[in-house]
Amino acid sequence: MDLITELTIFVLAAFVGFEVISKVPTTLHTPLMSQTNAIHGIVMLGGLIVIGFADDGLEYVIGAIAIAFGAINIVGGFMVTDRMLGMFSRKPKPKAEAASTDGKGGA
Amino acid sequence: MTPFAVFEPGGDAATALYIVSFSLFIIGIKQGTHPTSAKRGNLIAAVGMAVAVVTTLLLDGMGNWGILFGALAVGSAIGVIASLRVQMTEMPQMVALYNGVGGGAVALIAWSEIRHGISLGDEIPLDELIPILFAAVVGSVSFWGSNIAFAKLQDLIPTRPLAAPGQQVINALLVIGIIAACTITAINNDHPSEGLFIAILLASGLLGNLVVLPIGGADMPVVISLLNAFTGLSAAAAGFALDNVALIVAGTLVGSSGTILTMEMATAMNRSVGNILFSGFGGAPAGGGGTGEERPHTSIGAQDAAIKLAYADSVVIVPGYGLAVAQAQHAIKEVADELEKRGVTVNYAIHPVAGRMPGHMNVLLAEADVPYEQLREMEEINPEMPRTDVAVVVGANDVTNPAAKNDPDSPIAGMPIIEVDQAQQVIVIKRSLSPGFAGIDNDLFYEPNTSMLFADAKQAAADIASEIGNL
Repeated sequence: MDLITELTIFVLAAFVGFEVISKVPTTLHTPLMSQTNAIHGIVMLGGLIVIGFADDGLEYVIGAIAIAFGAINIVGGFMVTDRMLGMFSRKPKPKAEAASTDGKGGA
Repeated sequence: MTPFAVFEPGGDAATALYIVSFSLFIIGIKQGTHPTSAKRGNLIAAVGMAVAVVTTLLLDGMGNWGILFGALAVGSAIGVIASLRVQMTEMPQMVALYNGVGGGAVALIAWSEIRHGISLGDEIPLDELIPILFAAVVGSVSFWGSNIAFAKLQDLIPTRPLAAPGQQVINALLVIGIIAACTITAINNDHPSEGLFIAILLASGLLGNLVVLPIGGADMPVVISLLNAFTGLSAAAAGFALDNVALIVAGTLVGSSGTILTMEMATAMNRSVGNILFSGFGGAPAGGGGTGEERPHTSIGAQDAAIKLAYADSVVIVPGYGLAVAQAQHAIKEVADELEKRGVTVNYAIHPVAGRMPGHMNVLLAEADVPYEQLREMEEINPEMPRTDVAVVVGANDVTNPAAKNDPDSPIAGMPIIEVDQAQQVIVIKRSLSPGFAGIDNDLFYEPNTSMLFADAKQAAADIASEIGNL
């Protein structure tokens, strides 16, 4: 890929990022930050390529640490996000009762 | 060479799968912005990641499988164990840590790339070398900065701003030095010095430490979010160096979305990002606090608090980080249940930065089964405060400090607060009168309509709940 193609992709991706994220309820800021945090773990691919083609001692070490770091970032990031979001999905039980009290208070 | 070589590196098939992968990221983030689809969105992004990883493993010419899978297994195991063990209250520092290792991975990959380039002996083209240098600097800053943020949130080092005299000058010199070293490396791109490159990594690491150390704990969420965006950008830079489209798109997405999130958080605290980075909270904090002077306050017990609450018509609970630390969310929910049985209207007022990150408090209360409808945002609840009989502040401090409105000289002047001082009566459950994260005294504690209940939040809430039950 030539530099201009890569820059084009870069600029378009930046705009997609801005568009996709705007107007998020505050409630979801932490989980969303955690999810995007997991996504930048994609840099582990770089580690895989480094080690896959490595041919000297130090490169093995650097690559191995990079892969381990990236894997922590990816696996930990997605799992923690899932746990956080799991907290929200359990709400249907008390909902009916709460809705009635809330309705009275608001009126 | 390899048993499962399928794709040519940079070939159409691999690129097509990378496109599938980053499309899934975009869909995942998009769904992550809506409460009903967020969980699915996270799974979709995770599938996208799996596609990208498998595609890369199937590239032709890959080798060294033992080390590769060993490192992959170790990292994954650490990730799984850490995420299962972490308490919901410790979530912000966990995110900081994950972000840090991501930045560390970027810096290491940059190092390895430049070593590879040097060992080939050819001139390293600038469109490869410049991204490598960018990735090295930003990745290293992010790694060390995140570790400091983690240590501060975990109370391993003081959360107060720590700054050496002449800090700004040292930082500026470091930045100039790093830029100079990068320029020299780029000019000598036919024979760059690995020693100089390592010096760049170290200087950037030092810069990461020095930039985050002077920032107070209260600003840490903004810093983590900013570093998250930085790591994204550095991953994109690594993508430029490796000609990898998945890295470019995913890294850039995180960079731009992280930037928006950072600005939203800073706005919620009425602080600019520049202000947070370059001035520690409360440069002269002791001065405003009236040091050593005992100011008069009213103190009450659980029984009196229970009576005040039980005979109120409307109660607003203002939870803060102290509630989270004391694991008091379930006990507070019991108080609310008891009150609702008696026909009292109960709402929760959530400050945008309650807890230690936007939305953190919502997660904690959701964990205690507090109905989503009762969680009211600051702008929505403030106009109702004068009509509220009792406001209960549990482990919150700075976000209720009326000095933000009344005292233009206060370090938190202008920060949006939950206006509990407007409520008829205020009960503050807190261990002591000590200042909060911002390190400043809270005038609220000394207001005539404020009663202080000095206790551990969880114990106090449990006592109040049982007292209400006995009434």
